Amino acid sequence: MVGGIYFATQKVEYVWRWYRVPQYFYYKDTVETRAEIEGEVASLTPRGDQVEVLVRGEDEEELYQVPAEAVMVGEGDFVYPGDVLGSYQKWKVGILLQGLWLTLKVSVLAVFLGIIIGLFTGLARISKNPALRWTAITYIELVRGSPLLVQIFIWYFVLGTMFNTLMAKQGMGQLSPLWYGVAALAVFAGAYVAEIVRAGIQSIHRGQMEAARSLGMNYPQSMRHIILPQAFRRILPPLAGQFISLIKDSSLLGIIAVRELTKATREVVTTSLQPFELWFICALLYLVLTFALSMFVQYLERRTAISG
Amino acid sequence: MVKAENVYKTFYTTHKVEALVDVSCQIDKGAVVVIIGPSGSGKSTLLRCLNMLEKADKGHIYIDGVDILDPKTNINEVRTEMGMVFQSFNLFAHKTAMGNLTLAQTVVRKRSKKEAEEKAMALLQKVGIPEKAGSYPDNLSGGQQQRVAIARALAMDPKVMLFDEPTSALDPEMIGEVLDVMKTLAREGMTMVVVTHEMGFAREVADQVIFMDEGKIVEVGTPEHFFQDPSHDRTKLFLSQIL
Repeated sequence: MVGGIYFATQKVEYVWRWYRVPQYFYYKDTVETRAEIEGEVASLTPRGDQVEVLVRGEDEEELYQVPAEAVMVGEGDFVYPGDVLGSYQKWKVGILLQGLWLTLKVSVLAVFLGIIIGLFTGLARISKNPALRWTAITYIELVRGSPLLVQIFIWYFVLGTMFNTLMAKQGMGQLSPLWYGVAALAVFAGAYVAEIVRAGIQSIHRGQMEAARSLGMNYPQSMRHIILPQAFRRILPPLAGQFISLIKDSSLLGIIAVRELTKATREVVTTSLQPFELWFICALLYLVLTFALSMFVQYLERRTAISG
Repeated sequence: MVKAENVYKTFYTTHKVEALVDVSCQIDKGAVVVIIGPSGSGKSTLLRCLNMLEKADKGHIYIDGVDILDPKTNINEVRTEMGMVFQSFNLFAHKTAMGNLTLAQTVVRKRSKKEAEEKAMALLQKVGIPEKAGSYPDNLSGGQQQRVAIARALAMDPKVMLFDEPTSALDPEMIGEVLDVMKTLAREGMTMVVVTHEMGFAREVADQVIFMDEGKIVEVGTPEHFFQDPSHDRTKLFLSQIL
């Protein structure tokens, strides 16, 4: 298949330029220090690996910090505003790596919140209290019944606008789109996690709960010490699947101006005109994240397996 | 010690089942009471009502003078004083034998880990399997699991022990080891309520035998009376079928 794709790209005369890709991960940026006033370079004072350049004009003076090896002026030189005093190159994180980082951050936050929401909703779902149970059922059905894309829109354009306007009226700061994105993903994942948790708890034999209760443990104690630890091991595989979905779903957050990996890739594609390489790279980076998660869950499964 | 007064319990599953109908009985301190009867006679239900694993619909159940059907009663406190042994053992599958014995001690009785472990070890010794302290339930035989389960219940220092067909799920050659543990307990003066089909155990150990059928207590008596000279026809029929 790889050969086929390569052959086809040759036919449409696509020029592969893989060498252009690394710059979107890390690139060398030129940093220049420029004079802001007109005058003479009065002194160069070394301080550590920096040099202090003092520029003295008619009735003002300015001090600039420049790395020692980057200094481009000497004592007595006359400089005008905008003249380069020193220039050096610095490695900077490229947009793709920034996008990857943001995707990771959003996913980790959403997974954590999703687990918490899912755990409590799952417990509420099997509660004897009808109010709790029906609240949980309503939440699960609402969230599972509408597209994630629509939910993200509602979180950002409806709830977000409302909340940010209210905050502004109170004279408080705004919440960035990132947080609405995280909320949308967490609430979405929470509904699925809740059903996974419920199934996990219900798969534990009734006798385990009875034995715990007959020893005088109350319901929360029995849940915490007996049921949940056993359920946890069983729900790990479906939970891993759910969170892999979540990582991939985070690609939708680009539409509310969160510059995660997919949005970053789209931006790079428009500037570089190298869509083939970049979209492959984008997919590969998602694979790195999801594969790492799979490995982590497998490790957890081994660790929590009953030994002996 | 344990007293049930006019207890009713009805299950509504596919059809209405009257599991307990106007059941009254009394179990004195230190007594060993064996409840027997055909399957579906309500004997397990009665036992489970005694520690509220099933909630009786009507009537009163007093444990040490406390009415457990009173909504104000903290059932968890009552249950700490009552050990329960199940037909299917119900050992905590994610804990070792030692873990099974120490968990409720530390969580409910608030004992220190060291204290709980010493107690657990002593009890494992008592039921004859101290070498299995580190084993998980899956790696124990049925008889060993049930002995661990008895030890687990005893670890809470209960005043009453309830046994719900403790040997019914066991291979025949393992029944003896579990019954031996129960006999030791009975000799030590533990108050015991035992639902079982082991007539030998009933004859040998019981102070009192309760025969149930169709949710009602048909006959109550000493083993001698019960096995040699039962007064009800239903009891005679049952005994003729199983002996």
